[in-house]
Formats: sequence, structure tokens, C-alpha cells
Amino acid sequence: MNAATAAAGNGRDIGYDESVVKACVIAAMVWGVAGMAAGLLIALQLAWPVLNLDLPWTTFGRVRPVHTSGVIFAFGGNVLLGTSFYVVQRTCRVRLFGGPLGWIVFWGYQAFLVMAATGYLFGVTQGKEYAEPEWYVDLWLTVVWVLYAVTFFGTLAIRKEPHIYVANWFYASFIITIALLHIVNNLTVPVSFLGAKSYVAWAGVQDAMTQWWYGHNAVGFFLTAGFLGMMYYFVPKQADRPVYSYRLSVVHFWSLIFLYIWAGPHHLHYTALPDWAQTLGMTFSVMLWMPSWGGMINGIMTLSGAWEKLRTDPVLRIMVVAVAFYGMSTFEGPVMSIKAVNALSHYTDWTVGHVHSGALGWVGFISFGCIYYLVPKLWKRQRLYSIKLVDVHLWTATIGIVLYITAMWISGILQGLMWRAYDKLGFLQYSFVETVEAMHPFYVIRAMGGGLYVIGALIMCWNLWNTAQGRIREEGAILGAPAATPARA
Amino acid sequence: MSSLHDRAELNSFWLIVFTLITVSIGGIVQMVPLFFLESTIEKVAGMRPYTPLELMGRNIYIREGCYLCHSQQVRPFRDEAERYGHYSLAAESMYDHPFQWGSKRTGPDLARVGLRYSDDWHVAHLVNPRAVVPESVMPGYGFLARQPLDYHDAAEHLRANRAVGVPYTDDMIKNAVADVLAQTRPDGETKDQFLGRYPKAQVRKFNAGEAREVTEMDALVAYLQMLGTLVDFSTYQSTKSLR
Repeated sequence: MNAATAAAGNGRDIGYDESVVKACVIAAMVWGVAGMAAGLLIALQLAWPVLNLDLPWTTFGRVRPVHTSGVIFAFGGNVLLGTSFYVVQRTCRVRLFGGPLGWIVFWGYQAFLVMAATGYLFGVTQGKEYAEPEWYVDLWLTVVWVLYAVTFFGTLAIRKEPHIYVANWFYASFIITIALLHIVNNLTVPVSFLGAKSYVAWAGVQDAMTQWWYGHNAVGFFLTAGFLGMMYYFVPKQADRPVYSYRLSVVHFWSLIFLYIWAGPHHLHYTALPDWAQTLGMTFSVMLWMPSWGGMINGIMTLSGAWEKLRTDPVLRIMVVAVAFYGMSTFEGPVMSIKAVNALSHYTDWTVGHVHSGALGWVGFISFGCIYYLVPKLWKRQRLYSIKLVDVHLWTATIGIVLYITAMWISGILQGLMWRAYDKLGFLQYSFVETVEAMHPFYVIRAMGGGLYVIGALIMCWNLWNTAQGRIREEGAILGAPAATPARA
Repeated sequence: MSSLHDRAELNSFWLIVFTLITVSIGGIVQMVPLFFLESTIEKVAGMRPYTPLELMGRNIYIREGCYLCHSQQVRPFRDEAERYGHYSLAAESMYDHPFQWGSKRTGPDLARVGLRYSDDWHVAHLVNPRAVVPESVMPGYGFLARQPLDYHDAAEHLRANRAVGVPYTDDMIKNAVADVLAQTRPDGETKDQFLGRYPKAQVRKFNAGEAREVTEMDALVAYLQMLGTLVDFSTYQSTKSLR
């Protein structure tokens, strides 16, 4: 079980390819800030619609996919590429397979992101949420993804360790399943081979089912399985403890990937999707709570015997807060998938809040933790420029998340209740636009929360930049820890 | 169990195979029957493919990301029935590539918005939403009224739709470009042939502003004005389509 620990320390002679990991880290931070800034812009547009400027390429409808793709596929994707390349080399004790293949994947993926994002602003979209890129961008990504799979599984195939470490199971399931989802959901017929527009193969109810099979498992395999892989490597490394339970990791891995794929129909409750499919989706979503918490328990309990490190190590603290947010949002998700709850929550901001507690709290924080771990190692520095700034980042971003999700809980439940409210005479009590007007203060608070989160990310960039430059900030100890603890090699 | 897992843990080929099997089951069970169970899509009267102008309007709806704030799916609740109308049927989106049911109602549901407001209201609202609804947070889409509609390849659009299963006839494809104009000219000579191809289609200049040519605004309003107007609910028997 200690493959990760065993592999550490003797990497010098293997000559790990770390340059491409560095590039992924830089790309992740650049795209991350851009994607979050786009999110802040559209949050402000909802509070003050004049900010749409009424130009074609600045309206909410075109910027919103820039935000979602920017943070999910650009920020999250680069974090996944970089960490998977780093982890697979160290846990297999071999250099990355395929020579320049890693770099080809990196640049191919950046080209995909640029084509997708510029397309959105010019109105090139398939009109399917989280699968907006048009057919030619989809084809390009398919090629890049195959090369990524060859790099990753090639490295597994030539490994020097007998066992495939648990983190790699999660990365493997993420790579395989995303390929499957991407291809099936994006089957289209182009209008012309010289034009951007295409029509998707599926229609109506079948397209809805395919889309949310894709959409929910983009969450399940891109934003969950891949990031759990990161948790399984970096939390034990940062805590300097082995993973809590091997058996739990086996059980929760297979049950998680089996159950997740069924959960899509909970996005389609009370729609024209047949009831049997809705019921299946709800049932499996509720069951999904168990493996999700299996992963959370395995992550948090890895700190057994090392809890005191939480007081002195803000990087570990960020990782643990991330896993805690994972636990919270994977509890909230099954609750919202229950049809009676969904009848209220669906179409409201509650869904938006739920997504962001997972995205900002879990995906964002576990990424930040791993990058804080990686940068001193990759740039061969003694430690981060400032440990205290990590703590400032943690608190700024946490307050941001709390503002964000509480505002969305209140606005979502409020709007859901207003839509169904009746007056004494049996008429609908509120017109639709009255419920829009009631959202305004919460949209302002949400934008403030998002703004704090962006500020936190900028603080992180400043810290990482100085670390890469080789600067070390003189600072006092955090709660009695030895000052300027050197990063473990 | 442990020997089986050793296989996955010691050999990346088996890890890939086991994973692929595990993640395929749910999708197969949920998606494949939808293509074969006849009860999935109700038998209704009135559904027809979009006219070329409506299809162009729908593409503008998609291009501008309208689905990110407006659903097109009325749920079977009392308040939604009173606010929006009859709950949505699967049949009503059977020609939708892609579906536009949406996931968020920052603005109201649009599944049955057709013929609820005048064309002038839609144009004024799209140009400046707050001129009509002061509390609205919708962006203004004045540029649609200034942008001529590009419909030179309307036939190719219909052909691509036919390739994915929409029953456009040769006649419809041949006349696609002409039908864009026909739908905006109530006194045009081809109006009757056009209505023969697309029953119940609304024929008029949807954007009655100064622009003489067909603009993107015409197309979008034509699309909005037909939403939810096709199915004849006087002949629809909900008890016959238990799902």
C-alpha cells in the first residue's frame, strides 16, 4: 500500500519528465484565473444586467460556457493532466512513456481549449451544457485524448512497481470513461465540412438522457474520479501517512464507478423522460452517497496519527477542507436527487450553489493543495515563498465559498417556494418577474463570494510566482511550528 | 475476490477491461430502451419539422445560449400548469437536435411561449428587456435586429437534419431557401405551397421594424412564436401514454 511512499526519494536516477508537469501547473493557474474571472463577470451580470454591454460576445449566454469550460476543462483539465503525469511516473518508477508524447498532449489540449473558448464568444456552440464545443473541436479533442491514454497506459505498462497504485485506478477510470462519454454524446452530422455548425445525432428525450448521462458523469469522472486520484497520492504525501484503508479504497473505487454512471436522470426529474428512468436515476443517486463517503472517510482518516499537522500545515489544511467539502456536496447531491426535493430545487439557484460547493470547495481546494505541494518540488525550491499566504488564501477562499453557497441556498429555496406559492383566493401569488427581483441581493452576495475566491487564487499565483523565482519570505511560525519548515524532499 | 482484484491491480489490461465493463452497464440500461420502447414518445397530432426560418431562429437561440437561463420543459405540477400550460410531452421535442429542455430558470420557461405575446412585444423585449420588464436581468439583443439572416445554406441545414432522422422531404429541402422568404411574406405567391409543406406555420414579417430584409430577429421571433403551438391537445389523451 505504500507504493507512493516507497517510490519517493529515489527518482533522481530514473529521470522523471517534470517539465511537462510544470507546464500543466502554469497553464492550470492561468486558465484558472481566467475561468474564475469569467464566472465573476457573469455573476455580476446577473446582479447588474447593464454589464452585459449588449454586444454579441459579452452577453451572459456566450460568456457562461467560457466560465464553465474554463474552470472545468481548462483549469481542472490541466490539473488532471499535470498531476496524472507526475503521479503515474512516481508510482510506476519509470519515466513518462512515449518521449515527446506528453508535450504533444499538453499543447494539443491547450489548442482544444483555445478553439473551444474563442468559438463560444463568436457563438459557435452545440447547445449542450458542458459539451458546447462543435464537431471539429470534438474531433480534435478525441485525438488528443487517445494520445493522453497512450501516454498514461503506456507508462503503466512499462512500470517497475508490481502493483498499480490506487491513485492510478482513479486516473484510469477517468480517462476511459471521459472518452466513452465524449464520443457518444457528441456524435453529430456537420452541415458542411467547411462550416462550424452540426446537428447532434440524438433528438429530444433520447438526447436529454444522453446529455445528462454525459453531464453527470463529467462531474463523476472528470471532477470526481480524477480528483480522487489526486487525493490518494497527495494527501498521504503531504500528511506523511499511508492511506487509511486499502480495503475501503477497493470497495469504494468499484462501487463509485459502477453507481455514478446511473445517476444522470436526476437532472431530468418530472420531465418527459419516462418515469422508470427517473426512478432508476434517483435510486442510484441515493446509493451513490455511500461510496462517495467511503472516499471521503479514506481521505480524511489518512490523517490518523497526524492530526496535529492540521494546526501547522496550511497546505494539508486546504486538502482536508477540500475532502470535507467533497463529503458535504456528495451528501447534498443525493438529497437533491430525491424527486420530492428536486421538485423544489430544480431550475433554481440551489443547483448552482450545490455545483459550486463541489467545484470551489472540493475540486478547487484539492487542486490548490496539490499545486502548493508540487511547485517547490518541481522548481527545486526549499519551500513555498510564504506558508502564511497559503493560510490567507485558504481563509479568503473559504469565506468566499460560504458566502456563495449560503446565498444560493437562500435564493434557490426562496425562488422555488415563490414559484409555487398561492394566495388566499387560489391564484398564483407571484408573477415570474417578482421572483427574479427577489434574487437581486443574493446575486450581489454571490458575486462578492466569487470575488473573494478569485482574490484567493491571485494570492496563490503571487505566492507560486515568488516560489518559482526562488524567493523565501521571512515569517514567524504558525501556531508554534518550527519557523520556515523546509518542504519534505 | 482478492485474486480477481489482483488481476486488475497487477495488469493494466484487465484494469481497463473491468473498468470499461463496470461503467458501461448503467448507461446501456438507461439509454438503449429509450430507442425501442414505443411508449417513450407519445402518439400526438400536429407535430411537424421546423420550417427553415424557425430552424434558423432555433440556431440563433442556441448560439446565444438562451437555454442557459430558459427551460423548455413544463413539469406536471399545478403551479406550472397555471403559469405555463400543459406539461411537456416527449413528442414535442422529437425533432429537436439537440434538445433544449434547459436546467435553469433564471428567466421563465419558454416551452409554450408561442402566441402568448405579440411580435412587437418580443422585438421590443429582445432589443431592451428592461424597457418592457423593468426588473428583468436579461441581456439586450438589439444586434439581432440589425443583422441580416444568413440563410443561403438552409437546404444543407435541412439535409443534415434529415441525416439524423428528421423527416424533411425532398420538396422541403429543394424549397428551403425560398421558404425562408415565403414565411415572411403574407402576400407572397408561394404561401399556399409553403403552408402545404408546414401546416399551421405562421406567415408574417415577424420583425416589423424598418428593416426590409429578413433579419436574425425575424428568425428568432418566428421560433419563439411557434414554441408549444404544434400539438393538438384537444385530441391528446394522457391516459393512453402511461410511461
